[in-house]
Amino acid sequence: MSAMTDIVSPNASQPVSIAKTAMTPTPASRTHLNLPNDRWKPMEIAFWLLPVIAYFAFPGYLVLISQIMIIGLFALSLDLILGYAGIVSLGHAAFFGLGAYTAGLLAVHGWGEPVSGLLAAAVVAGVFGFIVSFLVVRGQDLTRLMVTLGICLMLHEAANKASWLTGGVDGLSGMMVGNLFGVFEFDLNGTVAFWYSFAVLFVLFVVLRRMVKSPFGLSLIGIREGVRRMPSLGVNVNRRLIAIFTVSATIAGIAGALLAQTTQFVGLDSLGFPRSAELLIMLVLGGTGRLYGALVGAAVFMVAQDYISGLNPAYWQFYIGLLLVFIVLFARGGILGGLEKLAAGFKSKKEAV
Amino acid sequence: MSDITLRTEGLSKRWGAFHANSDVSLTFKPGARHALIGPNGAGKTTFINLLTGSFLPSSGKVYLGGEDITTLPQHERVHRGMTRTFQLNTLFAGMTVLESVALAISERRGLQSVWYKTVANHPDVIAEAMELLATLKLTDQANSITRSMAYGKQRLVEIALALATRPRILLLDEPAAGIPSAESKELFEVLAHLPRDVTVLFIEHDMGLVFRFADRITVMVGGKVLTEGTPEEIAADPRVKEVYLGEAEHA
Repeated sequence: MSAMTDIVSPNASQPVSIAKTAMTPTPASRTHLNLPNDRWKPMEIAFWLLPVIAYFAFPGYLVLISQIMIIGLFALSLDLILGYAGIVSLGHAAFFGLGAYTAGLLAVHGWGEPVSGLLAAAVVAGVFGFIVSFLVVRGQDLTRLMVTLGICLMLHEAANKASWLTGGVDGLSGMMVGNLFGVFEFDLNGTVAFWYSFAVLFVLFVVLRRMVKSPFGLSLIGIREGVRRMPSLGVNVNRRLIAIFTVSATIAGIAGALLAQTTQFVGLDSLGFPRSAELLIMLVLGGTGRLYGALVGAAVFMVAQDYISGLNPAYWQFYIGLLLVFIVLFARGGILGGLEKLAAGFKSKKEAV
Repeated sequence: MSDITLRTEGLSKRWGAFHANSDVSLTFKPGARHALIGPNGAGKTTFINLLTGSFLPSSGKVYLGGEDITTLPQHERVHRGMTRTFQLNTLFAGMTVLESVALAISERRGLQSVWYKTVANHPDVIAEAMELLATLKLTDQANSITRSMAYGKQRLVEIALALATRPRILLLDEPAAGIPSAESKELFEVLAHLPRDVTVLFIEHDMGLVFRFADRITVMVGGKVLTEGTPEEIAADPRVKEVYLGEAEHA
């Protein structure tokens, strides 16, 4: 059961013995200290085996699973700013869509090599995110919501008007995505798309996981938990927020490019407000500030969407709404936060016996 | 050793018609143990906020050494060696004590750029944090979530965060407010062991502590400096007695 608490804990910290490091022989040198570290827990390894198992167990659902991983990566980008630094955004699709159109337009105009397309999308979304971040850090929560929402709406409308470039409401079609590493052709079953998405998600996750457990990540949590104290520790809060917002936008752009390349299509909805709002729902559903919440939320949301809309296509959002209300009222911290509380309760009960 | 004399010149802060600070000119020499006393509403906390850059003054200047730091952002003043604590605990509610202190130490050491190395992989930071916690008798609370701790213990975390920045000038806004008097003596015991060249400016209402700890006292009333002197001079000043007795009569 302790493995369960490990994976769902926001700090996911494992005891670190400082017996070797403490210079003064204090009583603490014999106790364990909890600090962010990057040891992999059994539950985490099990978690990452799930997509692989799903690959063999549900060969007919590869497209859905790939999209879950891509949207999961997108939700991860929002978790960096919302879950860690506490910046709310209602316009994160701006960066997702920008990445998607970058990769899409490159592929339409003869640059079909996927990995470099992904990098180009990362750069474009990152640069745009860097510029936007200066507006975002100026305000407080409501201002930030409106600024991000406004940017998203503006980009959406710009892409709509520039139909000569983007295809407008019809979407951008005619992408010619080349073979991955010049060898693996994107097939109709989605096998290559699956492994490509999985690899990109996993590599970025490992990097981000390390980052949020570093002193930099700790400073983001510090901004979330006590922004008023941070300047007194010598921290330039705005610069820290600009940095993480830029990283977040970059990751969102990569997710958008992945979706464009694996579906060979970019729709106007990739820039839309509904996509931004859904993203927020997924993250809150899964649990903020723990990285895994973004992935769990995306999976639950998209599987529910797929399943319930099969039963009743018109009203599936009703059940998502119900689930959301239930989660925020009764399981604060999302699905993972709820599981963590259950696990903690179970543990203390066991200890009491 | 560079000059770290902190000095203000005609510092004033107005909000509309309300004069929170008027024409405050004070000098704090390196190594001073300087108490700031006065009745409630005398403008003591406002003065600290002007020193740290939380507010910009309406007029007047703040100098650190030879440098005019009047409009310098807060975090830059911390880099120049000036740190404060808050009258009301201003902490990291959801973080553990060790995480909070490790954060403060990491920032002082400029480790935020080492984004690829986890906090647990900085043993020197952990060792320094534990040493600091030991001096404040917080060792057993290292893994406690800040918001779950008793107020008096949180007060010590407030001090720990400031000390973690290794200040050369330490501004303490009622450090002992809300802790039992036995513990506040312990707290001042820790402060008394700070390096001799660290300047300490503190606001405190417990006159016993003030006269034991301070070598210099400034009395503020109504946003102005009433008088400044050694503890003996202040104790003998009839105006000071009047201010405090006057306040007692009103209360």
